[in-house]
Amino acid sequence: MIVAVASGKGGTGKTTVSASLCSVWDTPVTAVDLDVEEPNLHLFLCPEISGSAKATLEVPRLDEGLCDACGKCSDVCQFKAISLFGDVLLAFPEMCHGCGACLEVCPQGALSPDHRELGEVLWGSSGDMGFVMGRLRVGEAMSPPLMRAVKKRLAELNSQRPGDVIIDCPPGVSCPAVNAVMDSDVILLVSEPTPFGLYDFTLAWEAFGPLNKPMGAVINRAGLGDGKLAAFCREKGIPILAELPFSREVAESYSQGQIVAQATPELNQAFRELAANTRELYLASQSKEAAHA
Amino acid sequence: MPEVLVISGKGGTGKTSLTGAFAQLATSKVICDLDVDAPDLHLLLHPEALEEHEFRSGNQAEIDPERCVACGLCAEKCRFDAIREVDGAFAVDPFKCEGCKLCVVLCPEQAVDFPQRYCGDWQISGTRLGPMVHAQLFPGEENSGRLVALLRGRARELADEQGLELILSDGPPGIGCPVISSLSGTDLAVIVTEPTPSGRHDLERVVELCTHFKVPAGVIVNKHDLNAEQTRAISDYCAQQGLEVLALLPYDPAMTEAMVKGLVITEYSDNGLASALKEAWQRIADKAGLGA
Ligand code: SF4
Ligand code: SF4
Repeated sequence: MIVAVASGKGGTGKTTVSASLCSVWDTPVTAVDLDVEEPNLHLFLCPEISGSAKATLEVPRLDEGLCDACGKCSDVCQFKAISLFGDVLLAFPEMCHGCGACLEVCPQGALSPDHRELGEVLWGSSGDMGFVMGRLRVGEAMSPPLMRAVKKRLAELNSQRPGDVIIDCPPGVSCPAVNAVMDSDVILLVSEPTPFGLYDFTLAWEAFGPLNKPMGAVINRAGLGDGKLAAFCREKGIPILAELPFSREVAESYSQGQIVAQATPELNQAFRELAANTRELYLASQSKEAAHA
Repeated sequence: MPEVLVISGKGGTGKTSLTGAFAQLATSKVICDLDVDAPDLHLLLHPEALEEHEFRSGNQAEIDPERCVACGLCAEKCRFDAIREVDGAFAVDPFKCEGCKLCVVLCPEQAVDFPQRYCGDWQISGTRLGPMVHAQLFPGEENSGRLVALLRGRARELADEQGLELILSDGPPGIGCPVISSLSGTDLAVIVTEPTPSGRHDLERVVELCTHFKVPAGVIVNKHDLNAEQTRAISDYCAQQGLEVLALLPYDPAMTEAMVKGLVITEYSDNGLASALKEAWQRIADKAGLGA
């Protein structure tokens, strides 16, 4: 089972929930940080990193001697990554999406594949738990291709050591977030019971709904705001899998980099229940699918 | 005209609540919400739209099943894995398509259409604290960098038209494309952080980004009293980097209470947090070269 821990927005406690869920998971599990812009999961799980690899994107390199400035490549490029100025062709590799269209259309063979560094993929383990993360190079704007590299590494590791996967997803509801939850079996949406929390939750629900995956809510810092988030979940039939109480104690333990599930016995119990509820949601969706088939 | 951008490297540090307070404290400004993926500032400012516009950007491939002969070339060549074959029929997965046009130009049957993508809406609004420029991308869309640039351009025009002194923006979270698009040419970045390990980590990355784009920055540590040791470490880090700590703000549930009421904190209460924010704003105004 692949569990995606997502949130309409950052700062809702997504990473806290991911780390805690990993720490109480009672079958083999790999923790994945797909929030490659701001990976934080390792700060809580403190994995031992055993390997790393640079992730790159294929970008075109120009052989000026072969180019006759026909402009076919700059016409096809949708990202202004290659442009004809008069009869001089300029490439802007930092804007390139690596689609390969220019290489396909160039009639002169003047473009050949080169590489741009996106960031790195790191992997290792934390106790019995497998661990994979990606870290975007500062100044790099495109995270989805790096996320693909992380997922690829995950697939390789998982084929050696099968088990469940818990993904800490990027915040928000734009392309990278959808990209991260796309391959999961269950989506957990972490939110706060405040007006900001409710608004962001609604966006996430709209963004991930079309993927048709079982979705559950985790209400973090319950008791802090109002009851509108819970009411929204009831109205839309989104099960609330856990309500984690707000306490200054929890905020402090988090600020010390502790895994919240290990802070108090009550919280530990709450996360064990979240794990069990998540599994149940998954199994229920599986049997529903089986019934349809 | 100075442009002040509030960012945090990630969400949830209280960036939007602080921007709201600054919007109340600044006298002559255009307010801009550059978090176009998950904007929240409108929940405090209750904008009323004066102008509404559609945002279109990029294109998306669509295979016409009538013309497609199922040769499979597009699926083979697509680097984004965006073309699915189901029972011998090919279709584009809109979630994965990056709109690169490769399949459009390669298709021997010209069976791939390439319509523009309607990605979201943006508007100019009136609020009790001044004019506001903001947007909402449809969930799952990208290209927010371009929308951010558009909003910033409109905010500048609006400020010029109305003779306003400042553009105050609530920035997007993260350090990716939309943040890069928000930062270039900004006069001052106010970085909001929290005394947590992730807060510190995100701060360092966003500071690196500001340095990279040569944008002057100052730091606000929100909820500083949750962890004295981390706060000290952050202050030391700032000193090392030559960054001014603009304020250390205490943790105060009044911030959430104000939000629940749809108010900014400086309207809601007059307590320690609000007065600390007033001082912080004074420092920001000085640093940004505002007369106020
Ligand atoms: S690979 Fe694609 S995005 Fe990159 S320069 Fe060529 S056409 Fe443009
Ligand atoms: S398509 Fe090839 S020959 Fe034509 S401008 Fe581009 S690189 Fe030069």
